[in-house]
Amino acid sequence: MSHAVVTDKRPSTLRGASLPKWFAWATAAGSLALAVGIGLAAGLHSKVQWGLIASILFVLGTYVISAKVEGPRQAKDRVATSVVWVAFLLAVVPLVSLVWTTVSRGVKVLDGYFLTHSMGVVADDEVGGGIYHAILGTAQQVGLATLIGAPIGVLTAIYLVEYGRGKLAKSVTFFVDVMTGIPSIVAGLFILSLMLMLDMSYFGFAGSLALAILMMPVVVRSTEEMLKLVPNELREASLALGVPKWRTILKVVVPTSLGGITTGIMLAVARIAGETAPILLLVFGGNFINSNPFEGPQQALPLYIYQQYGAGSSAGYDRAWAASLVLIAIVMILNLAARGIARWKAPKAAGR
Amino acid sequence: MAKRIDVSGLTAYYSAHKAIDDISMTVEPRSVTAFIGPSGCGKSTFLRTLNRMHEVTPGGRVEGKVLLDDEDLYGSGVDPVAVRSTIGMVFQRPNPFPTMSIFDNVAAGLRLNGSYKKAELADVVEKSLKGANLWNEVKDRLNKPGSGLSGGQQQRLCIARAIAVEPQVLLMDEPCSALDPISTLAIEDLIGELKERFTIVIVTHNMQQAARVSDRTAFFNLSAVGQPGKLIEIDETERIFSNPSVQATEDYISGRFG
Ligand SMILES: Nc1ncnc2c1ncn2[C@@H]1O[C@H](COP(=O)(O)OP(=O)(O)O)[C@@H](O)[C@H]1O
Ligand SMILES: [Mg+2]
Repeated sequence: MSHAVVTDKRPSTLRGASLPKWFAWATAAGSLALAVGIGLAAGLHSKVQWGLIASILFVLGTYVISAKVEGPRQAKDRVATSVVWVAFLLAVVPLVSLVWTTVSRGVKVLDGYFLTHSMGVVADDEVGGGIYHAILGTAQQVGLATLIGAPIGVLTAIYLVEYGRGKLAKSVTFFVDVMTGIPSIVAGLFILSLMLMLDMSYFGFAGSLALAILMMPVVVRSTEEMLKLVPNELREASLALGVPKWRTILKVVVPTSLGGITTGIMLAVARIAGETAPILLLVFGGNFINSNPFEGPQQALPLYIYQQYGAGSSAGYDRAWAASLVLIAIVMILNLAARGIARWKAPKAAGR
Repeated sequence: MAKRIDVSGLTAYYSAHKAIDDISMTVEPRSVTAFIGPSGCGKSTFLRTLNRMHEVTPGGRVEGKVLLDDEDLYGSGVDPVAVRSTIGMVFQRPNPFPTMSIFDNVAAGLRLNGSYKKAELADVVEKSLKGANLWNEVKDRLNKPGSGLSGGQQQRLCIARAIAVEPQVLLMDEPCSALDPISTLAIEDLIGELKERFTIVIVTHNMQQAARVSDRTAFFNLSAVGQPGKLIEIDETERIFSNPSVQATEDYISGRFG
């Protein structure tokens, strides 16, 4: 029955009835307007609720209209597309609003002075002061953590991919998996217990050790994936030239995946740069510049944010937001640098 | 330079799976020996046992002897790395190192072995590229990446890379199967030239190619899928293609020629 109807409707068997290009936009605008109407009528105050209603209306509306005009197969196709779009928006909206909030509140006190001065002479409820000591501390703690964590992580991954067979490799993989799940506070407590045993008190490098513990499994995982992407044919080509295995790894396998490995390390760095708990336990924070990570308490950006926010004064809030903005900017720069390196180091293709 | 290979009673395994069984043959120096046979009969496996690449595969194991001018490659104390720089290999798919330029690709074997004099490197690269009939095509872009070449050029680059370390034997595993007829012809011509200097073993699925380039041909077969491959016969190429002594060889060859 439907067969006959379809042939009637479609003079060409290849070209069915189709909705115009602006259909998706029109549906989106329509469902948004309808959602606002429903929201106002029902007295819903939350914009989130409006958004959710709009999303549901959008997907449903797309399906119903498209099924009527274009047929069920195109309708399903359109629904899949619109679900992807809705999911994308749902993911992006909180991100954009987070960045927007941080930027708009952060720029208030963010200036050259803020970046180059410490909190040395400023009480928590006074205006002024800066984050120089926190940036310095974060740079040193994260830098040292990377110096420890990245090489160990990369070497472990090389072992697992290039040499690892049997029980040892299995247990290493298992421990890396376990380490991936370690909460940062536990890594902090672990180092703290060592410090107490050795009768030491707060210093920056202790924080680095905890951060290195958190960083290692991330580096191992990403490096492993990158090494696995190197085609076996390249290893065999090198071995068949009479190159020893270790040189093959060093000169062929690692250079081929260097871009990806670096990206992985940068992302791990970005991740530990925001850790607060181990710093709080092991480095303690403070208001003064301490450029020696091996002695005395040091500040770090995430801890600074936590302490300034906790101080409860409006000057403290402003400083916390500005410091957050700086931290996000640092992480963003690291991410961009990682992408740049990945592109620069990627094996070059034809004629460029 | 070129050396003779004497294989006796060679059996190779992948873990528990026996891939080739009890193969014995002689490969003459300064000649081209072709391996033919249906897919899965162990031609590649056998080829890889000849320069100890088989053991690179996890689970790969070999029994038997491979004599290179009276020296057993599987004798105790033999360094597989040294074996591989004596017996070079060219693979089915061209595999230039993607991070390296054309020059560096050819120089890779010497550089990575650490055994070279800087002044000689450029000469070796030029000589090898000329030997692989590639010099004229790439001499103006030696610093460009090797992966920017055409498939046929890449394969000749890989041959240049293999002969740059001055091996005595060159093993080729279906070197033309990924190439167009013109590039194939270029490589076949090259094989004709290279056999003046090297002992060459080539695996091929192309009967005409075996007939064109080889002096001797070995036919491998397997009795059933999953069974180990066996050497059926090895003889002068002319005889194999005109008047083989085993019926199976004739069936295989005529079936393909159809
Ligand atoms: N990496 C490997 N692991 C396990 N078995 C393999 C591997 N490579 C090849 N084999 C097996 O060994 C046999 C011979 O394969 P191969 O030497 O590649 O044959 P050919 O080159 O003649 O087509 C086949 O049965 C194949 O399944
Ligand atoms: Mg094969």
